[in-house]
Amino acid sequence: MPADLSASPGSGRGGGLVLLVLLVIALFACTAFMTVGVTGGWAFVLQLRAVKLAALLLVGCAIALATVLFQTVSGNRILTPSIMGFDALYILIQTAAVFAIGTSGLNLIDKRLLFVGQAALMTAFAALLYRWLFTGAMRSLHLLLLAGVVLGMLFRSLANILQRMIDPNEFVVLQDRFFASFNTVDTTLLGVAAVITAVAAIAIWRMRATLDVLGLGRDAAIALGVPYKRTTMTALLLVAVLTSTSTALVGPVAFFGLLVANLAYALIPSHRHALTLPAAALIAVICLVGGQTVLERVFAFNTALAIIVEFLGGIVFLFMLVRGAVR
Amino acid sequence: MIEIRDVRKSYGDAAVVQGVNLTLPRGGVTAIIGPNGAGKSTLLTMIGRLLPMTSGQILVDGMDVTHAASNALARRLSILRQDNHIAARLTVRDLVAFGRYPHSHGRLTREDGVHVARALEFLGLTHLADRFLDELSGGQRQRAHVAMVVCQDTDYILLDEPLNNLDMKHAVGMMQLMRRMADDLGKTIVVVLHDINFASCYADHIVAMRDGRVIREGAPAAIMTADAMRAIYDIDMHIEEIGGDRIGVFYRQPTRD
Repeated sequence: MPADLSASPGSGRGGGLVLLVLLVIALFACTAFMTVGVTGGWAFVLQLRAVKLAALLLVGCAIALATVLFQTVSGNRILTPSIMGFDALYILIQTAAVFAIGTSGLNLIDKRLLFVGQAALMTAFAALLYRWLFTGAMRSLHLLLLAGVVLGMLFRSLANILQRMIDPNEFVVLQDRFFASFNTVDTTLLGVAAVITAVAAIAIWRMRATLDVLGLGRDAAIALGVPYKRTTMTALLLVAVLTSTSTALVGPVAFFGLLVANLAYALIPSHRHALTLPAAALIAVICLVGGQTVLERVFAFNTALAIIVEFLGGIVFLFMLVRGAVR
Repeated sequence: MIEIRDVRKSYGDAAVVQGVNLTLPRGGVTAIIGPNGAGKSTLLTMIGRLLPMTSGQILVDGMDVTHAASNALARRLSILRQDNHIAARLTVRDLVAFGRYPHSHGRLTREDGVHVARALEFLGLTHLADRFLDELSGGQRQRAHVAMVVCQDTDYILLDEPLNNLDMKHAVGMMQLMRRMADDLGKTIVVVLHDINFASCYADHIVAMRDGRVIREGAPAAIMTADAMRAIYDIDMHIEEIGGDRIGVFYRQPTRD
């Protein structure tokens, strides 16, 4: 869309170039991921890795888009959906499911059905919570943070109680799901997750000009004729869908979204979502795919990517807090 | 024409604005004045549909602000509030270009570009167009926001205390600008002002509020009297005519015990 890209000549110059560079790096990372250190049958290895790569791409895009969208709607650059108690809800749902029907019972149910059910539940909850927080009479950022933290604590405590009451063996199985892992992605869910993510991504892309206006804040957005309530609700619903999809795929990742979104803001000299959204997604892909390649092939240890990403993301979060980026 | 019919805004039992009936004619500069907490800004934000009213109705050219399509209203009426913090890093030109959103929805045409350039020039910001907002002084940033409103090119422009944080020179500049928008561009300006003398010198019409009600309304000459000022602000004001304008002097008040 050339008319769209030249929309504001003031900033955004060089943004296209940055995107191109990111795209090249991302493609390079993907190629490296697929081809480095292949021994034995290519067909077998490529197929194995392609599935894994698809999962990484999906999760990266979902988290990046959800975070940028959430930050635009909430008007700040430090909140992410997962800081708002999302991971705690994931843990609670998992625990409650095991508590109710046991791991053996869970294994009998179709995984895709379980996945869709969990995603739907998380989406419904998030929509309810955000609706109350954002469109009610109270709209303070601090209230929002507080509510997220308190709800997160509530979910965690509930999950803790349930965990104490279940069979220790079941608990071990359960515990395994609470740590994000980019290695043990459930491949049966990829198809469903891909469809959901793609639909959400298209919806977000179509909203991009409106999102730019939302970035000016509620009052300015309304003054410029954005139907505020409807738009924020749609956006928050999309955030919920994307976050629950990525959480269901790899487990909770708290700071990854924060990391990629803020890298995107730093690299792209523009406020325009036509640039920041793809940039954040590409950076996420580079981090995940590149990081996984390096860890697997160069250092030959397999499970630490989530920890490293969270470590870096946590540092960024602290840095932003100290620098006073929350206003 | 802006018609305000029996509008009330209350939080719990406390009414901030009540029983306001007002008709603001097209064209000219209307100043809303009154002491702190009189409900001036509340009324203005309700006209600009940023705040829902508890009861009553506000019509802008016959469109009910509560029910009309937000986008259709945005082509007729624009509003600028005092506090305009923006998280994203924007240049002046970016900000001003946002004023075209109601018309072009993010796809700027050549005509939109002309509007942007004209608004920048109207506010004397052309040389600052590519500077980032956070690199500007408070007065320049204020002007950039006004430029966005000008660029929105609506018949009605609502401004909430636009003189806040401006020094005397820039305050005068802002008032002259409102006059030019009304006289040269034919806009209808509704502005909340604290400085009674600016209202007296620049407005065509003054609406005075107190305790959520409109208590006086009329031309500056009718409002700028010692009686009216006592009723509105509860202070004794000495009114002088200087160079054809009525100026209120109120800096020394008899100390009461």
